[in-house]
Amino acid sequence: MSKFKSSKTKGTPAISTSSLPDIIFMLLFFFMVTTQMRETSLRVKVKLPIATEIQKLEKKSLVSYIYIGPPTNTTLYGTESRIQLNDQYARVSDVPEFVTAEREARNEADRNLITTSLKVHKETKMGVVTDVKQELRKASAFRINYSTLKGIAK
Amino acid sequence: MRRAAPEINAGSMADIAFLLLIFFLVTTTMDVDSGITRRLPPPVDSPDNVKVKERNVLNVLVNKNNMLLVNGVPGDIRTLKDVAKEFMTPHYPDDPNYPEVEEQTIKFIGSFHSSKGVISLKNDRGTSYDTYIQVQNELARAFNEIKEELSVNKFGTKLSSLSKEKLEAINEAVPVRISEAEPENIGGN
Repeated sequence: MSKFKSSKTKGTPAISTSSLPDIIFMLLFFFMVTTQMRETSLRVKVKLPIATEIQKLEKKSLVSYIYIGPPTNTTLYGTESRIQLNDQYARVSDVPEFVTAEREARNEADRNLITTSLKVHKETKMGVVTDVKQELRKASAFRINYSTLKGIAK
Repeated sequence: MRRAAPEINAGSMADIAFLLLIFFLVTTTMDVDSGITRRLPPPVDSPDNVKVKERNVLNVLVNKNNMLLVNGVPGDIRTLKDVAKEFMTPHYPDDPNYPEVEEQTIKFIGSFHSSKGVISLKNDRGTSYDTYIQVQNELARAFNEIKEELSVNKFGTKLSSLSKEKLEAINEAVPVRISEAEPENIGGN
């Protein structure tokens, strides 16, 4: 009798978890490879507008970013839209210098292929954007991209 | 007798890996940068008025209250695409209500009458960026729809499944002519 009983109460064997680390490592490597850490900390609030006819920016290494929007710290800097280049607030007159610096940082062959991505808060007035665009034109940075999110605007 | 070195317990390996995984999960930004790509025109010293025939231009003005004026008539963002599309679609034989057409010989397409129309976009300094992008988006949509139709007509396939050469041919037949006026500073706001 006991012979039969013991075989019945055995139950399902525990699932081996020895391969769990391997699975986790696989995921880990995936995220390690795809991750891109933010190089600059945002000092302006950027809520991008929404558009449908958008293109992807191909080479991330050939993109330089200009952020425009109201400062994150409004008590200190007010609510007027500011331009952020690299890690700090800048004025419109600083844009050509920024473009030159971005060019210097790239290969000789790639210098004409730099795209300037404008990340602009959607409620910004066009005045400051127009000024920046004029400076970019003067600095011969003609390729620009108005960064937007994909979606249908209401 | 020498004792064998005890094996290191690998049971906590998963925990360590989990910790790292969560760190990367949190820091990762998967978003691909995308947006509306445009090419700025080279700077001009003195913006001289290039004479373009009036029938070839669709004037789009956006004021500081984000209202549209399309060819002198108050416009709406919802109808802008259709207006722009109708305007930019080549009309052959020549129709004085629409822009002139110009016969071109393009590889893969052959003889094609492409429109000489230009969309002139002008905005106020007080226009919101959101409105500006919406207008740009609608105009881009108009051009894309014309291209799409041409692609279906000529090659029988959608634009996205065309080869690179054929896509270039389409782009040549339907040039995206959106001209942005030199900014003027009036009222200094």
